[in-house]
Amino acid sequence: MDLKGKKVIALGERDSVSGEAIADCVRTAGADVVMIETECFV
Amino acid sequence: MDPENQGRIKSTVERYGTDDLVVVLGAADLEGLEMVAETVTEGDPSYVGPLAGVQLGLPVVHIFEDDLREQVDPAIYDERIGFVELAVDSDAVKATMKKLRGEE
Repeated sequence: MDLKGKKVIALGERDSVSGEAIADCVRTAGADVVMIETECFV
Repeated sequence: MDPENQGRIKSTVERYGTDDLVVVLGAADLEGLEMVAETVTEGDPSYVGPLAGVQLGLPVVHIFEDDLREQVDPAIYDERIGFVELAVDSDAVKATMKKLRGEE
């Protein structure tokens, strides 16, 4: 999947990769981050 | 998934439509991954949140997957993701994502 120009919902996990970290990465690929959230499953 | 977050996703879809939207996950908890992926494709499996019965059908990928990783600046990836990827079972995450998308 080509991320360039896509609108991304970044859903991270508190004990793994955070939503903010996902957003920082996909922005470098040309994606537009429209929502950032870090969930906690426990 | 937290009902409040389901509501935010629903609002985001209403605002932007589904054509260019992609959900990128970061969880390493396999059950959690399945639950989140199901929620944004088939609807809330627990039938308590705003996405209960709402089939968004959004594409779901994981930040660990090679196809995504290749598009990210390697320095940023290493700084923000690399240490986590080393600490968890990323192969299991990748296999779970393929299974969730029906690719195996």
